[in-house]
Amino acid sequence: MNNSVRKKAPFGAALDNTTSLFAAAAIGLMTTFAAPSEAQAQDSSVKVGFVTFLSGSAAGPFGVPARNAAELMIEAINAGAVPGPYNTAGIGGSMIDPIFVDENSKQKNADYLKLVEKDGVEMIIGYVSSGSCKAIAPEAEKAERLTILFDCGTPQIFEEIVTDPKYTFRTGGHATMDSVAAARYLVATGAPAGTIAGINQNYAFGQDNWRDFSGTMAQLSSDTEIATEQFPKIHSGQYGSEISALLTSTPDVVHSSFWGGDLEAFIIQGSARGIFERSKVILSAGETAMHRLGAQMPDGTIIGARGPHGDLAPDSELNSWFRKAYFDRFGTLPTYPSYKMAQALLGVKAAADKAGSSDQDAIIGALTGLEWEGPSGTVSMALANGHQAIQGTAYGTYKYDKDTSSATLVDIIHFPAECVNPPAGANSIDWINGGFEGAKCD
Amino acid sequence: MIKNLDRTEIGLLIALPILIIIAFILPKWLVNYVHVSMGTGLVALGVMIQMRAGLVSFGQGLYFCVGGYAAGMMAKFYGITDFFVLLAVGILAALVLSALLGFLLRRYREIFFAMLSLALSMILFGMLSSVEELGSTDGFNLPTASYLGWSPTGETAQLTLYTLTCIIAIGCAIALNRFLKSPIGYINEAIRENELRVEYLGTSAHKAVHITYVLAAVVSAIGGVLWALPLGHVDPEMTNWTTSGQFVFVSILSGTGNIIAPMIGTFLLEIVRVYAVEISPNTWQMILGTVMLLTIIFLPKGLWSLITRKKKATRDDGASAPIAGE
Repeated sequence: MNNSVRKKAPFGAALDNTTSLFAAAAIGLMTTFAAPSEAQAQDSSVKVGFVTFLSGSAAGPFGVPARNAAELMIEAINAGAVPGPYNTAGIGGSMIDPIFVDENSKQKNADYLKLVEKDGVEMIIGYVSSGSCKAIAPEAEKAERLTILFDCGTPQIFEEIVTDPKYTFRTGGHATMDSVAAARYLVATGAPAGTIAGINQNYAFGQDNWRDFSGTMAQLSSDTEIATEQFPKIHSGQYGSEISALLTSTPDVVHSSFWGGDLEAFIIQGSARGIFERSKVILSAGETAMHRLGAQMPDGTIIGARGPHGDLAPDSELNSWFRKAYFDRFGTLPTYPSYKMAQALLGVKAAADKAGSSDQDAIIGALTGLEWEGPSGTVSMALANGHQAIQGTAYGTYKYDKDTSSATLVDIIHFPAECVNPPAGANSIDWINGGFEGAKCD
Repeated sequence: MIKNLDRTEIGLLIALPILIIIAFILPKWLVNYVHVSMGTGLVALGVMIQMRAGLVSFGQGLYFCVGGYAAGMMAKFYGITDFFVLLAVGILAALVLSALLGFLLRRYREIFFAMLSLALSMILFGMLSSVEELGSTDGFNLPTASYLGWSPTGETAQLTLYTLTCIIAIGCAIALNRFLKSPIGYINEAIRENELRVEYLGTSAHKAVHITYVLAAVVSAIGGVLWALPLGHVDPEMTNWTTSGQFVFVSILSGTGNIIAPMIGTFLLEIVRVYAVEISPNTWQMILGTVMLLTIIFLPKGLWSLITRKKKATRDDGASAPIAGE
């Protein structure tokens, strides 16, 4: 009896197998996914998506410190425990309800849209990698959702990709500032800089940093020559041949934008072979490594933190509160990704409080051109029609304090924002090669 | 006309309108995942047809990337945004490159083929990472596509691109299904079983592998173009070994039983990942890994074996419908 039922025409059988799978998938998904986005609108909380690296090689040095800072700041903001003008609870009266997403994904744009449409977030704060920012910025404008890039460095975002931003903001300074300030520090301290050499990772960030640094040096002291340019592969970990090249070309200055494990490997391998004694070494992201290495970091190294963060941050109530709260909770001092995340969140809070609402349009209106105090000092949204932050920066010289066995920075020089950032409307490279038109350095 | 089609092909043709209708019914974010899964699914298809010949390509990202970059460079340097031109350029680039590399790769099998294909894809990764004009590791952005002089924007643009992607993806799947049932398709299975005998029977294994390699490359490049256009961005990560490894994994996970399997497998894996990230943003890889492990343990022939198993049970009961689609 059953046989007759089971015997199907080939056409019917095909329907049975393939199509039913598609159809079942479609119907199943429809019922599962269609419902939830409605019933979530509570009046006293605001959903915010946070996207940083939670896995992969960028998680340790960048993603996780940023997520930690986000967790700390969200709790403090919701409790109204942040000092200074930020001691009211919530942003614009609403509590932050965070959703964390891993930036380490091949489908970043689809993940972004999922946050916007399925999770119904009011805004998204995130993105460490410049590649992610390049892909996300146009998507944010298309999806019409407030998106705050907190860390990524490429100047291209507002110079080339989204030239008329409405929904995209960046609360961190872009990478040009690191290199320009590094060169200015060298000149200001009077270090000999007749020949310069670079060792930077062979990827966009490393290439940009070296281009800006060598360009700035060429402008600041016209007789500077490039001794050698080394571009080892990122995460290679062994720099024997590059160090040899740096030693044999005997440059006065060695510039490096290494970070994370690569940076520590270079310091340990390079100091063993005496490169730090022979040349003045500038590490533009050295602050992340100095507390970990302690006495292994040679004295006299010039250290940057990609902004006035960490040990280069100005002494303020907000900064000491942030450092203490972070240390108490996570057992380490906050590094610059943590500072940048805190800065982004406080910018949002300042904007929402000013507008008296956590509504997207209200925040956009208030955040455009806003100036606020972060743990690393004043930030102002001065570029790209008020969507790109500028901020002063600082460099210092490393000194290991044997008495207290702690890493310290001496001879810290602060550079005002207008001194190391191109003015509104100017392209970074053109600005450097054109002799820093409009820079105010007093 | 129906008579000339086998069950898989009929299934695919029925799936086409369903896929298009989905765009109007399902929430947009989900359609987005369907959309990008079709791009990556095509690459998994490319891996799968090579697996039929016993060749595991650990560098299929090479052609995924060549397709995306060729289309992107056309738009970046020549300002061409026409969808069909970009697609043609992607195909052409992969065709030329794979036809040349095929002369080398067709001589290798097993681990040597896997390693060589991996090495080639990593050469491209290294090269693209050091070219500043192409944005180095950050990659560069693609414009919104136009269609024979028509440039839709917003919702219409997305729907047009989605519909075309569906049609092309299904078209590729049908073409490859035909290929698997063609003489060369069967020779490939014979190569996997015993290459020496294939040669004794008077046919060239090298030639069959070469053709398969080129076809896989072309379909992967199509996938690359179809993936890059909705994303609007390409970067060298497309040809990194982690991306290529994912394609191999999808093929193993879904099984090589049917041409549809890698397409569905890609989408299912994507959805599992999305929910794993939602449930546990810090340890989502554990959930994904567990799902993969369980699939391999309990379904060693891949997800598709769920369906063939049912079919076999039906046949053993007395009905003797010919099985054509595998």
